[in-house]
Amino acid sequence: MNKLQKLFNTKKKDILSIYFTAGFPKLDTTGEIIKGLEKSGVDFIEVGMPFSDPMADGPTIQESSEKALVNGMNLDIYFRDLEEIKTQVDIPLIAMGYVNQMIRYGSDRFLQACVDVGISGLILPDLPLKVYEEEYKKKFDHYGLVNVFLITPQTSDERIKEIDAISNSFIYMVSSASTTGSKSDIDNSQLEYFERVKSMNLNNPLIIGFGISNKETFSQACEYASGAIIGSAFVKAISKESNYEQISSFISKIKS
Amino acid sequence: MKYSVDKNGFYGDFGGAFIPELLYPNVKELEDNYIDILESEEFITEYKGLLKDYVGRPSPLYLAKRLSAKYGGNIYLKREDLNHTGAHKINNTVGQILLAKKLGKKRIIAETGAGQHGVATATVCALMDLECIVYMGEIDIERQAPNVARMKMLGAEVRPATSGSKTLKDATNEAIRDWINNPLDTYYLIGSVVGPHPYPDLVTRLQSVISEEMKKQLKEKTGKENPDKIIACVGGGSNAAGAFYHFLEDDDVELIAVEAAGMGVDTGETAATTKMGTPGIIHGSKTLLMQDEFGQITEPYSISAGLDYPGVGPLHAHLFKTKRGRFLNATDREALEAARELTLLEGIIPALESAHALAVLSKIEINDSDTIVVNLSGRGDKDMDTFQRELGY
Ligand SMILES: Cc1ncc(COP(=O)(O)O)c(C=O)c1O
Repeated sequence: MNKLQKLFNTKKKDILSIYFTAGFPKLDTTGEIIKGLEKSGVDFIEVGMPFSDPMADGPTIQESSEKALVNGMNLDIYFRDLEEIKTQVDIPLIAMGYVNQMIRYGSDRFLQACVDVGISGLILPDLPLKVYEEEYKKKFDHYGLVNVFLITPQTSDERIKEIDAISNSFIYMVSSASTTGSKSDIDNSQLEYFERVKSMNLNNPLIIGFGISNKETFSQACEYASGAIIGSAFVKAISKESNYEQISSFISKIKS
Repeated sequence: MKYSVDKNGFYGDFGGAFIPELLYPNVKELEDNYIDILESEEFITEYKGLLKDYVGRPSPLYLAKRLSAKYGGNIYLKREDLNHTGAHKINNTVGQILLAKKLGKKRIIAETGAGQHGVATATVCALMDLECIVYMGEIDIERQAPNVARMKMLGAEVRPATSGSKTLKDATNEAIRDWINNPLDTYYLIGSVVGPHPYPDLVTRLQSVISEEMKKQLKEKTGKENPDKIIACVGGGSNAAGAFYHFLEDDDVELIAVEAAGMGVDTGETAATTKMGTPGIIHGSKTLLMQDEFGQITEPYSISAGLDYPGVGPLHAHLFKTKRGRFLNATDREALEAARELTLLEGIIPALESAHALAVLSKIEINDSDTIVVNLSGRGDKDMDTFQRELGY
């Protein structure tokens, strides 16, 4: 069982996760941000691997990715940065990016590097369920990495069950039909969808993400799920200053 | 059928649907329905009717005598430039708009490079009274201004794509994001044989009318259905897929695909994907694409907005890998000169994209007895600014 799986075994509610893009706002800020988030009481972190063509992302994460790439971030630096802080942090880390990055790096080399630097799992939104099952599941299992799948308001109950059956940490419940960072509050149709999925009593905990931006939406999400992920709102908050004060003041507002 | 898509949406190693879960229901709906609809009698009647009376098909197969005299053989031009809206793109949009209507969609989105697909989409949306939003890179909006005005006059909204290279790749990203945000009422009318399965197969089928007509016309004109060579330019690859389709299994027909070399394949300013590319995923499809060692997609370059794309459709990646297709390329300068030459020899101003196909006539061996078809995918009206600037008119 890896760190991420342990977290879900011990903590059942109000789990707070933060997404940020590695190499943003500056090339060398990745390690500091992770340490700051751990110290601020975040439960797990998605460390974005910036990609040139992030098709599931809205403007905020697109811009942070573009900037990170201009700053010089690449997968070698990404893994090196995580390696450097490996012994200083204990918080579960997920690498989030796009499947082309893994394929081009070489999937075995990529997965091995993830394990070596202490990553527990992956979110690759454009890696389809079927391809994962047929081509990658064995490898992920071999390396002890989990793969996290997304569900959306349009995902059928049948497919949610399939995803539940293959998941072994949590299910990423996308809050609405949208790219990242699109919405500011949660409406009734979203609540109905949360309710519907909650009542399916799935084996894996649900974590809600996309459009969770503040204390209100975080608390609302936690009523229906084990926790929530904040991405674009955090990326925006650290776009100028990413020091510890900035990070802890953002997190304490969410947790207050 | 060695070159048909398999049941998983692959052409050999290439294809598939590498899409976020957010798009899964949309793509599944299309996949589950497209063949039944395309093969229904009602669709076929409407589609063929519109191709004939609205688009003006069949497009002529014209023996270009002065061009043939220069290069040898008998060189025929498949005149897609004479279609309504001026390119092959309309064959696809007429078909997909009928499909969108059958699926009950109300809002149409599209990406465009040269603006030809955008115009062809805006045209059929006007015809069918559907809302139309076209994503176009900021740079392309500038270099294809006449087509932007046409789309607007046709009632479409043109939304600039301002990220990345601000060209076709980025317009496609924006269209995909729009679809993620509007999954229920929106139909994504893709413009080439790219994107997740079933789009490459869908667009290939709709463009295959080009080679279907060619076979018939060649038989009438030469007594033989099969030419010796077919030459077509490749951006995403839809005009080439349509021109090759009915000859794919006929190994005696040489299929020549021409990519845009831009400033030259080794200059870094190029869109010659099979030369510079490696396998990977772009816009939901596993194919050849230009990328760096970390899988970041390279910004392509070509003077021709319709060829300025860092990937090729999965069918073409397969044709390249199996060597069924012969992949050549032409630089900006070669294409410009080929455009000038065709204009002076035959009185036909070709699109810059199509000029790339013409530009390889000087690079291939031609026997006097050869029958060659060049797919003249579009006309050059949209490129007059570029011709004036680059050729000094
Ligand atoms: C006239 C013309 N030819 C060719 C192309 C390239 O597209 P494809 O490779 O899909 O035929 C375009 C694209 O805009 C075009 O306008």
